[in-house]
Formats: sequence, C-alpha cells, structure tokens
Amino acid sequence: MSEADAVAGVLLVGATMYAVFGGADFGAGLWSLLAGGGDSGRRPRALIDWAIGPVWEANHVWLIFTLVVLWTGFSTAFASIFSTLFIPLSLAALGIVLRGSGFAFQHTARRARGRALAVRFFGLASVLTPFFMGTVVGAIAGERVPVGNETGDLVTSWLNPLSLVLGALFVVTGAYLSAVFLVSEARRAGTPDLERYFVKRALGAALAAGTLAVAGLIVLHRDARFVFDSLEGDALPLVIVSFASGLAVLFLLHRGIRRGARVLAVVAVVAVIWAWGVAQHPYLLPQVLTIDAAAAPGNTLTAVLIVFGIALVVVVPALALLFTLVQRNFVEETERPAYEGRTAGIGPSGG
Amino acid sequence: MLTLASNLGAARSQMAFTLGFHIILASLGVALPAMMLIANYRGLRRDDPDALLLARRWSKAVAVTFAVGAVTGTVLSFEFGLLWPGFTGRFGSVFGVLFAIEGIFFFLEAIFITVYIFGWKYLSPWAHFWAGVPVVITGLGGAFSVVAVNSWMNQPQGFSPTSGAVASVDPWKVIFNPAVPYEVPHMILAAYLVTGFLLAGIYATGMLRGRRDRVHRLGLLIPLTVACIATPIQFAVGDTAARAIAHDQPIKFAGMECVQQTSTHVTEYIFGRCTSNGVEGGIGIPGFDSFLVGWSTSTQVTGLDSVPPDDRPPANTMLHWAFDAMVGICSVLILLGLWLGIGWWRKRDFPQSRWFLRAVAVSGVAAVIALECGWIVTEVGRQPWIVYNVMRTSDAVTQANGIWITFGLIVGLYAALGATLIISLRAMSRRWRQDGREPDDVPYGPESGPIPGTPT
Repeated sequence: MSEADAVAGVLLVGATMYAVFGGADFGAGLWSLLAGGGDSGRRPRALIDWAIGPVWEANHVWLIFTLVVLWTGFSTAFASIFSTLFIPLSLAALGIVLRGSGFAFQHTARRARGRALAVRFFGLASVLTPFFMGTVVGAIAGERVPVGNETGDLVTSWLNPLSLVLGALFVVTGAYLSAVFLVSEARRAGTPDLERYFVKRALGAALAAGTLAVAGLIVLHRDARFVFDSLEGDALPLVIVSFASGLAVLFLLHRGIRRGARVLAVVAVVAVIWAWGVAQHPYLLPQVLTIDAAAAPGNTLTAVLIVFGIALVVVVPALALLFTLVQRNFVEETERPAYEGRTAGIGPSGG
Repeated sequence: MLTLASNLGAARSQMAFTLGFHIILASLGVALPAMMLIANYRGLRRDDPDALLLARRWSKAVAVTFAVGAVTGTVLSFEFGLLWPGFTGRFGSVFGVLFAIEGIFFFLEAIFITVYIFGWKYLSPWAHFWAGVPVVITGLGGAFSVVAVNSWMNQPQGFSPTSGAVASVDPWKVIFNPAVPYEVPHMILAAYLVTGFLLAGIYATGMLRGRRDRVHRLGLLIPLTVACIATPIQFAVGDTAARAIAHDQPIKFAGMECVQQTSTHVTEYIFGRCTSNGVEGGIGIPGFDSFLVGWSTSTQVTGLDSVPPDDRPPANTMLHWAFDAMVGICSVLILLGLWLGIGWWRKRDFPQSRWFLRAVAVSGVAAVIALECGWIVTEVGRQPWIVYNVMRTSDAVTQANGIWITFGLIVGLYAALGATLIISLRAMSRRWRQDGREPDDVPYGPESGPIPGTPT
C-alpha cells in the first residue's frame, strides 16, 4: 500500500466517523422535526436534546477533519469537487449554519415562539444538509466531477437520479442510526415509553433505508457502472456484512432485544461506506482521477499521517472520556426527560 | 473578463464578510475561556462565590459563542473550495498540514469545552477547573495554526517550484514561516484584548445603569485587568510587525502609509486621503515614517511606484485609514490602562467616576473596530496577491457563477445570526438578574431549580 493509499484511508476514516456520529445527529434533528409540536412532541424532543446536547459539537469536528485531509492530501480533487459542486456544497454549508445556530439558540430562546422557530430550523437543516452531501457523493460516484476549476456541469452533476437517491439514502440512514441510538438513550434515561417510540421509528427507518439501498443499487447499475461492478467484486464481502448486520438489527429490535443493536447498526453503516471506498479504489474520482495522481508531495502525506497518528493518541482518549462522562451522566446539558409517574432522577445513576 | 472580475469581487466580498464575522467569535473562543477560568480559580482559591458565579455565567456565554463560532468556522473551510479552488487546488498540500494540526486542537477544544460547560453539576470542583485548562491551551494552539496559514500567505516558503504544480513541500518551513513570529502573537493578543474590553464593557454598562454590586465590580475588573496588561504588549508587537512588514512586504507597507515614491525622510501621515500625488489632508510628521521603519529619518522607504500599478493594493485610502485607526485605538486603550493603573495604585480600586465607566463601556466596541481594521490591513494590503508575489487572487477564484447569490444569502443569514446571538446573550443576562442568584448560587452540587429555558 502506498502512502497516498494510507492517506486515502485516513480520509475514509474521517468520512466514516462523520457519517456515523454526524449522521446520527442529523437523524436526531429529523426526529425532532417529526415529533411535532405540542405535548406529544415535547418528550421525545427532550430526550433528543438531552442525548445529543453534550456530544454534537465534537461529532461535527469530523467534517472539518475530512475536508482538511481532502484538501491537504488531494488538493486537485478537493478543488474539482468544490468548484463543480458549488451549489449543493453551498447549500450544505448554509444548512450547517442554520443547524448549528438553531441548536445553540433553542436553549437560550426564552419565549416559546422563538424556541419553536429554532427547533424548526434545526430540524429542516438536519434534513437538507445530509441530503446535499449525499448528492455530492452521487456526483462523484457517477463520474460527473471532472478535474479542474468548475469543469463539470454546475447543475446536472448533482441533479440526477443517482445523486437524488443517495441524498435520500443519507437522510434515512442518519435517521435509522439515530433512532437505534435513541432507543439506548431512552433506556439510559429510564423512559420505557420513549424506548418503544424510537423502536418503532428505527424499524421504519431501517425498512426505508433498505428500500433506498436497493434503489441505489439499481441506479448505480445503470449510471455508475465502475462502482457497481466493484461492489459486486472486491467489495462484495463488505456489502454482505452490511446487509446481514442491517437484518440482524431489525430482528433484534423486533424481538425487543436491546443488546448489540447499537453496535450492529453502526457496523451496517460502516461496512457500506467502506464498500464504497473499496469499490472506488484506485480512484478518488472514479475513472477520472486516481489516488496516486491526486496525491500531494511525499512530505505532506507523511505529515498528514503523523498528525493523524497524534490525533489517534490524543483525541481518541479525550473523546472516550467525553462519551464515558456522558454515558455515566456526569455531563449533561438539559434536564433528563422525566418518566410519567416518576420524578426525574438527580445525580449520576451509573458510575 | 467582466463576469470574471465581478466573480472575483463577489468572492472577495463574501470571504471578507464571513471572515470579518468569524474573527470576532474566534477571538471570544480563544480568550473567553481564559477569563472564565481566572474567575473560576479565584472562586475556588479564595472561596469567593461571586467569582464562581461569574465563571458559571461566562461558561454559558462560552457555550453559545463557541457553538456559533464553530459553524461560522465550518463555513470558512467550505469557502476554501467554494470560493478559492485555484488556491486550495494548487497550495492545499502546502498549507493544509497547519489546518490538520488545527483540527486536533479544535477537536480537543470542543471536547473539553463540553466537559467543562456541562460538568458544573457532577464533577468535583478542582477536576472541573482542570477540565477547563485544556480549552485555553488548545485555543492558543488553534489560533497559532490558523494564523500561521495567513502568515504563510504573506511570506510563502517551503515549497517548490514557485510556478506550476507543487512538487515538493517542507512542512517545517511552512509552519515556521518568517511572518509567524509577529503575526501569531499579534492575533492572540488581539483576541485577549477584544474579549477583555468587550466583557468589561458589558459590566461597565451595567454599573452605569446603577448595578454596582460586587459581581459587577468583579466582572469588570477581571477582564479589564487582563486586557489592560495585554494592550501595551500588543502595541510593541504591532510596532515590530509593522517594521517587519516594511521589510518583508514593502508594497503592503507603502499602501498602509500611502508612500508613493521610494525615498528617504518620508513623512508620516495620520489619516488624510491617498492620491497618486501623495497624501491630501491629514496630519503630517516630516521624516517620522522613515524613523519608524529604521530608527533614522534617513531610512529609505519603498514606495508604490516601485511596482507596476497592477501589483499595488487597491483602496489605498481605506487601507491607510484602517491602519491608522487600529494604531490610534490601541494608543487610546493604553491610556485607559494607565487610568486604571493609577487608580489602583492610589486607592487599590478602579476609578469610580462615571467617565471611567463610560470609557470602559465603549472600549469593547473600539477594540472590535481595531480588530477588523487590522484584518483589513493584512488582507487588503496583500492584494492583488492571495499568496504574496506567487499567486494572484484573480487566479485563485472559482469559475462557478452565482457567488453574488450565496453572498446575499450569507449576509442575510449572518445578520440574523448576529442579531439572535446578541439578543440571546442579553436575554441570558436579563434572566440572571431577574432570577437573582437562585439557580446559580451553588455551582457545585445539584441545582436548586430547573435550568432556565429548558422545556420542563
């Protein structure tokens, strides 16, 4: 494996982390939007806020990490993607602004109307942002991003069946992951009714994601033959792992078994992302730009790998600390949603 | 050509606007946690509940400003590709390593800021304090990495060849480029200055409205002391930077000082209008510009005429005014520091007069203006280059049309964002006043009531 391949691997790790953690956050935003107003929506939303409040900021650093590795390791690819896909990426950036500020302000807004508005912004942006990111991935897989400063089509590069299906798949996958996570969070909060609430939604999202994945494969077959053929070839084991894990999650949730569902859901998503990575290899932009051709000079690649090594040593323990503190309820932003007929617990229940 | 020119104009406007917005939040992100920890330390060490109350309140302000700063920062990283694919496509492999390092700092900052902000309730007091310390350190590290990229754009080195695709990179030379020693400390001090005066200004305003309790006095004194110590140091660093720029980027310096012809005994003009025949109006001090550059009036100063018109920075008068306003504001803020120092020396307290409070109240806004002026000086002064003497900004801009549209959207969005941020911070402070000390007076241990503003 070349150094350039290793940096491409780092890029894929970043994208995977963002897809899992950031994706789950986006999904939470979708559920927050769908929970509706009034009393019925209040409790699920309280659970969502309580669950993602302390971690969402760290989750979104993965996006910046991925962007930076892309432009440092593969500058030409970055420039080509961002100039041709100017529209969806601009919209995704606007979505990130809306989402981040919506989330920040929904707690500071005192009046109910301001809060409802912030919640709405947060929810809508949580749908739009992953959608546009999905269209970007569709444009890349569909070989619609040529090398150069805006040398592809500004509109049709991302407004095509493959991009649209992948956009929808991104949204639904986030919703699915998020619902599975929220089932566990509801358990941690001691709210069985919310547990049931999110089990139902996790099942629904899983079925939707499965349907869209099949639709995606059909469109890929027609539209992005290179990636499709590799998915059937080298990447096939990963596709099978993803499919099997997805089915297992469905089974576990349906049977009311909570243990393992979270891990398997993550495996299902991670496997499909890595299948995509393997399917594209040795290309960064399929059939257009190889990893080696796009790679930065050797010293830069080495520097990126060193920085990534340091990140593993420094950031991973810090992240682990954060998630541990959160899971043991040492760190929380908003009040835990109360379970009807029980007073809200105060103080750490775990550790 | 015309559309391209307007594309460049739109891209530069959008970049200037989003960066000018983010730089305020970034400054708060760097320095506000330090103020918060000073108050926290004082609170724990001296068993001072007022200081702890301030630390707790400031941590809530940190939470909101950090969240907004994180999204405006994300927008900037998108803009590296959306607006300047020519620049990032060619030099991303050169300056990118600094951003990768920044990524680590930002990650740690986000993690520890979360632990600190949300850990008031259940972490032990000192463990909680120490959870905040990495936030201050990573803030400094992040500022270093980002500003070092800008320094590199001013003093590019560590790559070859200088024309065409980059074939080899020396990351150490990129990271420690010649502009780092003066640009990085200048920006970090600016962050502490802006945050200190802004925060002190808020409490000064409160005191002018009759709220003269101990919390307000402490809330004024802690940040004001930090800022007043930073100001004279900033003046010295800025002076060094200006001299270094006269040497490293003579055309930028000529633009800042409106020096048309290369000569000795150059007059220093304070304000005035820059024309090709020299400065009209303004206050002239003969020979002083030469003296500032080389400690002697016979020092030669490079003029704009040494390069073709296409290589000179635009908007000369604005550039000159921005430079003078920055230096002027810093000078006045030093006087404010002296006022505080003399008062403290004589009475062991800050001056109680309304005029002093008024001066502190406006100092924050003045510091923000100085910050923006400084950013204008370094960015507009570098034009027409995006990488000094290596790549023109016009070669870096995207070919994609429609930037005027995204620029319009962003202006609207950021205006709403800025307004909401200020409104929510004000609402927060009003809430603190109304609720009295009830929810805040026991920073450690379970709270006595629900956190205000959360659905209950």
